[in-house]
Amino acid sequence: MRKKVIFRGVALPYLLLAPQLVITAIFFFWPAGMAIWQSTLRQDAFGLRTEFVALENFLDLFSDPLYLNAAWNTVLFSSAVAALALGAALFLAVQADKHIRGAGLYKTMLIWPYAVAPALAAVLWLFIFHPSIGLVGRGFAAIGIDWDYRLNGGQAMTMVIVAAAWKQVSYNFIFFLAGLQSIPTSVLEAAAIDGARPMRRFWTVVFPLLSPTAFFLLVVNLVYAFFDTFGIIHALTRGGPGNATETLIYKVYVDGVQNLNLGSSAAQSVILMVIVIALTAVQFRFIERRVHY
Amino acid sequence: MASLDIQGVQKSFGATRVLHGIDLAIADGEMIVVVGASGCGKSTLLRIVAGLETPSAGKVLIEGRDVTPLEPADRDIAMVFQTYALYPHMSVFDNMAYGLKIRGLPKAEIAARVQEAADLLSIGQLLQRKPRQLSGGQRQRVAMGRAIVRHPKLFLFDEPLSNLDAKLRVQMRAEIRRLQKRLKVTSLFVTHDQVEAMTLGDRLVVMHEGRAAQVGTPMEVWSRPADTYVASFIGSPAMNLLPATLAEGGAAARLAGGALWRFADGPRAGGEGMAVTLGIRPEHMLPDGAEGLALSVELAEPMGSETVLHGILPDGTALTARVPGVLAAERVTLAPDLAALHVFDAASGRRIDPA
Amino acid sequence: MSGAAPDVEALAAASRRRKARERFLTHLALILGVAVFALPIWITLMGSTHDTDTIGRGDVPLLPGTEALNNYARAWAEGGGGRNTFAVPASTMLFNSLVMALLITVGKITISLLSAFAVVFFAFPFRMAFFWMIFITLMLPVEVRIIPTFQVMTDLGLIDTMTGLTLPLIASATATLLFRQFFLTIPDEYVEAAKVDGAGPLRFFKDVVLPLSATNISALFVILFIYGWNQYLWPLLMVSSRDLETVIVGLTKMIGNGDTQNQWNLIMTTAVFALLPPVAVVVLMQRWFIKGLTETEK
Repeated sequence: MRKKVIFRGVALPYLLLAPQLVITAIFFFWPAGMAIWQSTLRQDAFGLRTEFVALENFLDLFSDPLYLNAAWNTVLFSSAVAALALGAALFLAVQADKHIRGAGLYKTMLIWPYAVAPALAAVLWLFIFHPSIGLVGRGFAAIGIDWDYRLNGGQAMTMVIVAAAWKQVSYNFIFFLAGLQSIPTSVLEAAAIDGARPMRRFWTVVFPLLSPTAFFLLVVNLVYAFFDTFGIIHALTRGGPGNATETLIYKVYVDGVQNLNLGSSAAQSVILMVIVIALTAVQFRFIERRVHY
Repeated sequence: MASLDIQGVQKSFGATRVLHGIDLAIADGEMIVVVGASGCGKSTLLRIVAGLETPSAGKVLIEGRDVTPLEPADRDIAMVFQTYALYPHMSVFDNMAYGLKIRGLPKAEIAARVQEAADLLSIGQLLQRKPRQLSGGQRQRVAMGRAIVRHPKLFLFDEPLSNLDAKLRVQMRAEIRRLQKRLKVTSLFVTHDQVEAMTLGDRLVVMHEGRAAQVGTPMEVWSRPADTYVASFIGSPAMNLLPATLAEGGAAARLAGGALWRFADGPRAGGEGMAVTLGIRPEHMLPDGAEGLALSVELAEPMGSETVLHGILPDGTALTARVPGVLAAERVTLAPDLAALHVFDAASGRRIDPA
Repeated sequence: MSGAAPDVEALAAASRRRKARERFLTHLALILGVAVFALPIWITLMGSTHDTDTIGRGDVPLLPGTEALNNYARAWAEGGGGRNTFAVPASTMLFNSLVMALLITVGKITISLLSAFAVVFFAFPFRMAFFWMIFITLMLPVEVRIIPTFQVMTDLGLIDTMTGLTLPLIASATATLLFRQFFLTIPDEYVEAAKVDGAGPLRFFKDVVLPLSATNISALFVILFIYGWNQYLWPLLMVSSRDLETVIVGLTKMIGNGDTQNQWNLIMTTAVFALLPPVAVVVLMQRWFIKGLTETEK
């Protein structure tokens, strides 16, 4: 954990650490503490009186159909985004890893969307799916599909999923490609000599050896879908129509910023913190295990 | 079990030609060792036989059947890799069974074959382990086992011993030879280690810069090297190569320092004064009181039963000698065992035999 | 060889067919993949060269139009009106985004270098406690503590300031972890040599640690610049004045709920502006970018 040879000094290391610690304390721990404290309080409608209600905010959430709806949306949205983004990325990475002409160019062309902000990805897809100006949107109308994501909840959900997955494919692609390249060529050659055709080689050798990468990416994708996609939903659907695309993170924002229901918003924040902590813990336990692999 | 024929195989990577046309016929059950320095093309040759590389020209025939256009899977061969290339996520049993499962063998037969191979290699107690739980030597055995269970037509070995420590290497070397003789599977073994080559092969192929410099039994290659490269590559310490010119109408050669060595096996063709290279192994330079060459010893390496002397001759040529017993002197006089003298054309490096 | 058995011919032909088919499918798949990624960009690029009416009619231009110069000049200097704000020129928004991204990037790298240096090269009470304190911030993304953080900013009077926009995002567990990991690989002999030469810790930091970290810093720079440029929720909360509007948030504000009042051509032009800097960074610094990405996430 530390070097054997070190510098002496007591004041200096604290000074060096100070900026990071001060910022962490003021902008991370203080607000996190406040969130926990506020989650046990309730204000009246006029913000005049505040009372301590212990876990009541949490209990209310679990019986609130809107919150449960947001939770369900989150599950649906996150699993769809992760499945799509991981599947597409794995497929493309396997293709790009082959010895073909133009592999370098293909890679660059598949990597750049990483740079696109989630909200910007949403806007780009809006240009495509918009019912009156979008290529696909108008195409749907032309073949008789009644397409308007601003009115149809299912269509809205499909669209945010596509935009969110689209943006995440590059990231997964880069990691899958790195994972593929770390598989020793000789192991694949051994499988070829053992008689395994490419498909079989993929499912019995390549895929199992990629599973640590895949699992790591699954966690990352879930975290992304939970939190980073706020911009996509905000820019595209604002949680609508009729809460159809309202996810947990979006609801924290709506309840806190728009409805000014601080107690409930804080309780929701605390629940999200628990989820992140759980996901991170899972990931770290897994990384520890992977070391032996 | 099958014969292997390599006919005019060439290989270029871009503009670089790594194989210049290799011809080789390997009989059923024979063990051929391809030996050469790194970059000589020996691994490329092996990979072409395996089907992992496509030759730029030429053919590979197994059992008389042209397999050049076939994929590795269709050639019925097994290969042991330098890095072992075990499947890291599979147990030892599954590693060995993988090729059999792909061929759709019944479970019982797979189990029997794996067990048989495991017993042969004494790794029966390791079958449930994962490769990462094995030592280097054990991994090596599993890699061998994976090849054996397949009952292939051909074994290919790509420097399989080079990752083992010296002691284990000697042990595994003997074991591979024993197994190969017992199973009688035609084998092609690639190595850069000339001792390995000498001890393992029925025949050797000494490769140099993409060509087969010599093909022959170990003793042939050792006692009648085809050129100066083979001469210096096979044998340790390396053969001494001394510049000289033909004299006495080809019946003798005169060294740069003036000494005259008469050929024991007959005169060489080529005119008087033709530049030749004389080859004499260190063990064939014998201490001699009178007529020999005076060597100023720069380094004496005592080996116990013998001593290796490194020094220079009066004309400045370096010479190594291996003499019996312990010898510590600053100057020794050495005479060649003329019956063990090799003569090479100085220009081409090719061996010149008596006319 | 003429005497080859027929099954060899069949196998060879099957293998040739398989290879040709595989090569074809591989290219097809990759071209489709590239097309799916490029399509939205293409539509946007083309849209940015037409006038509002063409797009508004729903013609979906797939080829360049003649309005490019006009659109880009207008978006740059005037901006397009939108839902919540009066038009903000793209130049202003791009400037703000650039400043925000650079401040976040430089800030994160600086304080992470310093704290990793302290944690690795010194022994002091509560060293590990502080390390874990930094580490744990991994688990507190800004999204989960929006409201209380906003309140803290209000209390500190930092709402609607560049400081408020960037300072809270400067703490970085990931960068600290990466630098710590890297510093642990610096041989002890270097420290000993520095001590023998009489160099103090700060001198050692400047003359040895910083130069050795150059590649890691470049790699992180790419990742963090994109992270900073792409911030959305935080600027959305913190900024209310036009002068501080950043381009990603500003762009989404340009899109109204109705259909008619949207100046699609200017929106698309601004989208191109917003896209260009981070994409250029990724494409031009691809090597560092991939290194930064794969190493920070381990």
